[in-house]
Amino acid sequence: MDGAPVVSHAKTPGLLEGMRLYLRSIAALVWKDLAAELRSRELLSAMLVFALLVILIFNFALELDTRTRATVTAGVLWVTFAFAGTLGLNRSMAMEKDRGCLDGLLLAPVDRSAIYFGKAIGNLIFMILVEVIVLPIYSVLYNINLFQGGLLLVILLGSLGYVAVGTLLSAMAVQTRTRDILLPILLFPVAIPVLIAAVKSSTGFLQGLEMAEISPWLNLLLVYDVVFIAVAFMVFDYVVEE
Amino acid sequence: MIEVRKLVKRFGLKTVLRGLDFHVEPGEFVALLGPNGAGKTTFLRILASLSRPTLGEVIIANHRLPAQAGALRRRIGVVSHLPLLYGELTAEENLRFYGRMYAVPGLEARLAEVLDLVGLAARRRDLVRTFSRGMQQRLAIGRAVLHAPEVMLFDEPHTGLDQEACDMLEEVLREVAARGRTVVMTSHDLARVADLASRFDVLSNGVIVASVQRAQIQPDDLLGFYRQALRSA
Ligand SMILES: Nc1ncnc2c1ncn2[C@@H]1O[C@H](COP(=O)(O)OP(=O)(O)OP(=O)(O)O)[C@@H](O)[C@H]1O
Ligand SMILES: [Mg+2]
Repeated sequence: MDGAPVVSHAKTPGLLEGMRLYLRSIAALVWKDLAAELRSRELLSAMLVFALLVILIFNFALELDTRTRATVTAGVLWVTFAFAGTLGLNRSMAMEKDRGCLDGLLLAPVDRSAIYFGKAIGNLIFMILVEVIVLPIYSVLYNINLFQGGLLLVILLGSLGYVAVGTLLSAMAVQTRTRDILLPILLFPVAIPVLIAAVKSSTGFLQGLEMAEISPWLNLLLVYDVVFIAVAFMVFDYVVEE
Repeated sequence: MIEVRKLVKRFGLKTVLRGLDFHVEPGEFVALLGPNGAGKTTFLRILASLSRPTLGEVIIANHRLPAQAGALRRRIGVVSHLPLLYGELTAEENLRFYGRMYAVPGLEARLAEVLDLVGLAARRRDLVRTFSRGMQQRLAIGRAVLHAPEVMLFDEPHTGLDQEACDMLEEVLREVAARGRTVVMTSHDLARVADLASRFDVLSNGVIVASVQRAQIQPDDLLGFYRQALRSA
């Protein structure tokens, strides 16, 4: 034990100090998820293999010719990201639950929203990593240039919204016995607005539409991102406590 | 230090704690005894602010639960049924992670100190996944004392520990007690807690049915006291 007096670090921190502790615990959580993933690679490899399989299956199933390809690309991409994302969201929360680590996090003297943000940022990083690998492969396989600023922005915003609501729902689903089935059943309906807005604006950018036609979808995407993050921030505490 | 009045906890229709009253002075070391399913873990989880009381009052170190749980968490250390450790991180990384979550000052020095304390200094670079049950339990104890909490809530901490580790745990607990910290510990091992705790409480069917100070009982009589408490409950 240390020699410090009993009340050593039990003071209630001030606002600025509190904010600093809050951000540091989020950073600690993200660091922990990345370090663990770097070791096991189980989450990323599963997401990646799955994403690549989905793309290939779509290719065979739809027997895409060059013209239809341009119109369905956005849909195929987002279905892929959504499925692969669910896989990651599930694993990431199950890893907390299985050895009781979620309790360990809940015991920490930080506002519980910090746990939400830490997990969500980790999930977002994994999802973006998968996308960063899937996009060039898709581009090469189907001979479509996906590296356009607008499209990349949509992918970022769409993933953000998907992960924001997905992290909250995965915390909910992980408490139940049927979590693997429950997460997609909960998540897909709730995330539909994000996915629709993402597909519409992605298609817009891929087909080179006017900005005026794309921006309503882009705005919708932004609004949903903000709403999902705000709601999760407020209810996460209730979701995780028994 | 801990004041619990008429605590009720229900899971759905099932009532686990039925109006439990519990009071602990600062520096007391309470051994919470009771049969399987009595509600010991449920009770400790409520004290640890991991679970909300259905009814009743829980006040720890002047903080009322669940409303003031946030400010209280820094002051409590918990060893639970599960190790609360990440298999894909090393022993040191696990502690470093929790140390950051608790904003422990002088973290690196404290890590070395705690790893020494629980006898895992030599294995600090090994993945926790590769640890034996007892080694994980040692690290779980290190995790619980890392931020030098004032109140310790230990749920069957002896599980899986070898003789040497039990001695280590006892040393930790004695030191904790000597520092005037408060401990509530559940155990099924009466012989072990007999000369460790300063008070013995028996929890049965969701209430405390008996309580005795160590000064008032011979270590050999503890088993008799426990049986008697359960019979009369
Ligand atoms: N999440 C839960 N949902 C429903 N019932 C629960 C839940 N947690 C505990 N219980 C019930 O509460 C009762 C008390 O359980 P608890 O784990 O507190 O017992 P315990 O005294 O710790 O037992 P043991 O000595 O076996 O550890 C049991 O009947 C158990 O089934
Ligand atoms: Mg128990």
